[in-house]
Amino acid sequence: MSWFRKKNPRIEVVPTDERRVKTEGQFCKCPECDAAIFKRDLEESLQVCPHCSHHFRLDARSRLAMLYDEAEYEELDDEVVSSDPLHFVDTKPYTVRLEQARLSSGLPEAVINGRGRIGGHLAHVAAMDFSFMGGSMGCAVGEKITRLIERATAERGAVITISSSGGARMQEGTLSLMQMAKISAALAVLDEAHLPFISVLTDPTTGGVTASFAMLGDIIIAEPKALIGFAGPRVIEQTIRQKLPKDFQRAEFLLEHGMVDAVVDRREMRAFLIKALNFMVNPAAQVEAQTEAQSSEPQGSLTSDPDRNGHRQSPATDLKIKAQSKAQNQST
Amino acid sequence: MDASMSDESANSSVSAFERVQLARHPERPYTIDYIEYLFEDFVELKGDRRFADDPALVCGMALFHGRPVAVIGHQKGRDIKQRRHRNFGMPKPEGYRKALRVMNTAEKFDRAVITFVDTPGAYPGIDAEERGQAEAIAVNLLVMSRLKVPIVVAIIGEGGSGGALGIGVGDKTIMFENAVYSVISPEGCAAILWKDSSKASQSAESLRLTARDLYRLGVVDVVVREPSEGSHTSHQESARLLDESILNALNEVSKIPSAERIAQRYQKLRHMGDGKFL
Repeated sequence: MSWFRKKNPRIEVVPTDERRVKTEGQFCKCPECDAAIFKRDLEESLQVCPHCSHHFRLDARSRLAMLYDEAEYEELDDEVVSSDPLHFVDTKPYTVRLEQARLSSGLPEAVINGRGRIGGHLAHVAAMDFSFMGGSMGCAVGEKITRLIERATAERGAVITISSSGGARMQEGTLSLMQMAKISAALAVLDEAHLPFISVLTDPTTGGVTASFAMLGDIIIAEPKALIGFAGPRVIEQTIRQKLPKDFQRAEFLLEHGMVDAVVDRREMRAFLIKALNFMVNPAAQVEAQTEAQSSEPQGSLTSDPDRNGHRQSPATDLKIKAQSKAQNQST
Repeated sequence: MDASMSDESANSSVSAFERVQLARHPERPYTIDYIEYLFEDFVELKGDRRFADDPALVCGMALFHGRPVAVIGHQKGRDIKQRRHRNFGMPKPEGYRKALRVMNTAEKFDRAVITFVDTPGAYPGIDAEERGQAEAIAVNLLVMSRLKVPIVVAIIGEGGSGGALGIGVGDKTIMFENAVYSVISPEGCAAILWKDSSKASQSAESLRLTARDLYRLGVVDVVVREPSEGSHTSHQESARLLDESILNALNEVSKIPSAERIAQRYQKLRHMGDGKFL
């Protein structure tokens, strides 16, 4: 028997996993400079560390809100979602992986399409989200970006893509690969119409996304320190059996090698894009491109007779023709 | 005899991974072998006029059944020395830019383009990244989608992802029955999704990378039969079957007026994998 008797009940020990501090969840640590950042500050600075300017990853919808005038935009093509064309099964069926991705990311697909105005210019923006299966590009992502480009061509808007992707989606096999060609073909038509395309590269952009639309911008810009490349660093290390230099494939490395126009801080992004659009949006150039196309033979799918080649036209195609005839009336 | 075939006549007893191994068979005919069998007066054109020549991608002018055409194809090597020289058929940016230059030359002189796809993939290395591997491939996709002249693509061996697609956009895509065309190598896919690269034969099955599967998915237009056990058993017979198939395809697409051909090419790409959306 002990000499002293405890009058007060024992302090109950809270199990470690239930312990809470008042500031719990209010702060996070910057992986770059180790500073504790108040989360609300981080939100206000667009997920950029206020101390060292480290760029955290940003979700697709915040990306769109951050770029559009008054953060107002219309979200489009949400009905386009991945199916499972190959009935792909690895350790889990692809359909299960898709469902998990939708639940955990809260997104319908790895890209979100927006339409609205940036600095007063009509702009169609596709923002990719790495949290949805590594931002990988399957048929639905390819289809959404293609629809965005076709819509911009029809409505005479600018296209901006914000890439964040590991590349083509393995679970849709060669069909994913074909999306690279599909999007590039749509961009070629946009290009012929003298409409702007700005590609924004964020961390990380690799594989099939880099080797198609992401590198085809009239202007290509990158966020600081973003990993950008064709092959991923692990693949390269395995091939050459050497450790890679620390800043290899970072945005600044690409800038040095002439692969991007500028490395732009996220907080300056909107202002940069408006300046670029002010330069690039020029109705006079667009009218010129149209009369050129009309004086020579029809230049492609969007103006050809649908019955002759037996393909039906998408609604975007109809819009384009309407937009064209309208522009014709204005120019004559 | 029709060089193309429907699903039923294809040899279905061979597994996907066996086809991967046949596509990589060291005795399988390569681009230069087919050039010798199929063309006359071949003249090789070298260099991208910017940095270097890339021996992993062979380009040139030639006569195909008397008709001047541009030829572009990946080239692997037969022995160790050649393989190193050809970088195992893995092009660097200068290879894709050389191909682009030759395609633009073909466009200028209104000559059709025939490409041969046979690569494990575009080269993943420091120098290739520095010189813009991704950009080089991307530009080719864009330009090939709008080229005014006919483009016939023949997948003769390995169709390795973006490295294959970089010279693989065209009006007609022909594929040998034992050739494969995939977004990633079965070994790479197994290493990532199964975390075990020995599961390659399973991933090869899942990836649907065989000619039969891709014909069904609409990626490939024509599947070409191979002699008995595979193309490596008879180069001459393989060349004859390929020749027939390319000639048919070229005749077919050459008849179409250029503007309409570009429109059809666009629509073909446009409908890749859109089964559920439109």
